[in-house]
Amino acid sequence: MRPSLIVRVGVLALLVAFVTQPESFAWAFEPLTRNGQPAIYTQNSLINLTLSHLAIVAVATVCATLLAVGLAVLVTRPFGAEFLPLSRAIANLGQTFPPVAVLALAVPVLGFGTGPTLVALFLYGLLPILENALTGLTTLPPAVTEAARGVGMTGWQRLLDVELPLATPVILAGIRLSVVISVATATIGSTVAASTLGEVIIAGLLTNNVAFIAQGGLVVGIIAVLIYDALTGLEASLLQRTGQRRPA
Amino acid sequence: MRRATSPEAPEVSAIATTARSRLPFDKLGVLIAAMAGSAAFLPFATFRVNRIVLGEGRALFAALPFGEAAFLAIAIAAGIVLAVSKTPARWRLAVSLAILVALCVAIGHASTFLTPPGDRMARVSPGSGFWLSIFAFALLAADAIVRLKLAPIVRIGILAAVALFLALLLASGTLSDLSILREYANRGDTFWREARTHLALALGSLAVAVVAGVPLGIVLHGRRGWRAPVLSVLNVIQTIPSLALFGLLIAPLAWLAANVPLAAALGISGIGAAPAMVALFAYSLLPVVANTVVGLDNVPPAADDAARGMGMTDWQRLVGVQLPLSFPVILTSIRIVLVQNIGLATVAALIGAGGLGVFVFQGIGQSAMDLVLLGAVPTVALAFVAAVVLDATVEMASTRSARRGRD
Repeated sequence: MRPSLIVRVGVLALLVAFVTQPESFAWAFEPLTRNGQPAIYTQNSLINLTLSHLAIVAVATVCATLLAVGLAVLVTRPFGAEFLPLSRAIANLGQTFPPVAVLALAVPVLGFGTGPTLVALFLYGLLPILENALTGLTTLPPAVTEAARGVGMTGWQRLLDVELPLATPVILAGIRLSVVISVATATIGSTVAASTLGEVIIAGLLTNNVAFIAQGGLVVGIIAVLIYDALTGLEASLLQRTGQRRPA
Repeated sequence: MRRATSPEAPEVSAIATTARSRLPFDKLGVLIAAMAGSAAFLPFATFRVNRIVLGEGRALFAALPFGEAAFLAIAIAAGIVLAVSKTPARWRLAVSLAILVALCVAIGHASTFLTPPGDRMARVSPGSGFWLSIFAFALLAADAIVRLKLAPIVRIGILAAVALFLALLLASGTLSDLSILREYANRGDTFWREARTHLALALGSLAVAVVAGVPLGIVLHGRRGWRAPVLSVLNVIQTIPSLALFGLLIAPLAWLAANVPLAAALGISGIGAAPAMVALFAYSLLPVVANTVVGLDNVPPAADDAARGMGMTDWQRLVGVQLPLSFPVILTSIRIVLVQNIGLATVAALIGAGGLGVFVFQGIGQSAMDLVLLGAVPTVALAFVAAVVLDATVEMASTRSARRGRD
């Protein structure tokens, strides 16, 4: 086993141990409390908050990926070519919208709770994936696409067997960016009553309990880094499989 | 890595060059027509008896005097016809901008028209029909701007004209019966104080990141072995959710304030501006450092060799040749960081650092959506302006540096 893998497995094991048995780690957070404050957040079980946090991000990302890749395919066909420049501009300028603002603006329209957070994550998550899918599908090596045309592949075959597989690593990079933003925005979603790990941090901020802030922050931070790391690894292995080199 | 790429990605696309289709109508126009058409069936404005209760929608003809409503309806209908038929992009831009202006003036008039005289409690806000119309014609304008391939300076000019128009509209008092401006009227002083704090957080952390990040990038350019470890640490930092990073900095900074007298004297404390500045600085480092490295790597070897041949020292080559040539790429990172920081500074309000996020989270806490908008709309506008201006500047800088590289 490589040392880097041991570190990853160790961190993951520690994370799982903490969210399932937080009470056994109370000693680590006690020094941060004052005046007999509780060291471990117990209002809601950490494991439920973690699972709900992950579920919101997963649902939003899957939906965003399907729609964004679908749109990108549409506007890179001759039929939708008229929309290509505009789609690019929207994907680029849309990302200047702060994710928090999207969350805040979703509240007047959709109300409080997990649902609005999910919609905000989905809407914002579309943009990085769309941007990368457009890049991936419009920067394919011309030699390869010409060869596919030359051997008589139909439009569908070219899309499914050549274009999408080659663009997948770039699309995956967009998904990774989208997931990182979603994990962060879901954390803030607890201010609009979504059930996520941000609840622990916010509870700590409201009651001045640094132990809560630290445990919430650590769990969210570690989850984000682990997901990011896993997706980076997946991307690298895909690049290797399709024989492309990772851009410097 | 967060879009640490050069400003001009090469585009090899057979599709983009395909001639516009031969259909007798414009496809995007059909989409815009559908949106603007369905907006007619949605409420133009929302009326509420006070700031907390649920609103009731008012259709266009109920929200404005008959003459003005009819004028606006005819203008929108004309805009739809223009969008659907194949018309020159110049016209499309002019007409869509004119309709956007008309919509903004109309919503101001609607708020005055709907508010009972002397009533300070009633709230009128833009309805879904208004927002959808704005979105449709903003899309038409954006498409026209993209199609016209305007020079960067012209794009900045259009933005400045739009900003000037909005400023005049706000100053004229046309919009002052709108709910968001009623919120503003109640907190004029606080608003500008928090806006200044917001800008100070976003720009201050950017400035420190440039001062520290560019030299770090120069060092990493020279020492390839250090690159991977430093960049991966910065990458990990960028991955940590903002609220978590803000929170995680509270404990160490509180300890610093309690145990180091100098830190306390400098005003450092566990909550407030100190953790916010540190976190924003940490987030800003990756784009600046990574783009400095990429920019220096991409300096054409010929230019560097020529400088060496002229007998320039390492320092002279760095300052006179390498940094100027990589300036567009470094500027791109400044664009990324500034837009990112303007958004993240909103979250800093949660740890007591102030900024426009104060209104967002206060509004959420009080279920007062107008207050949420008072914080969110200026934040979005700031980020948008920063992006458009810096994108245009990057474009101008890269054409200039490409010319210099050729000569």
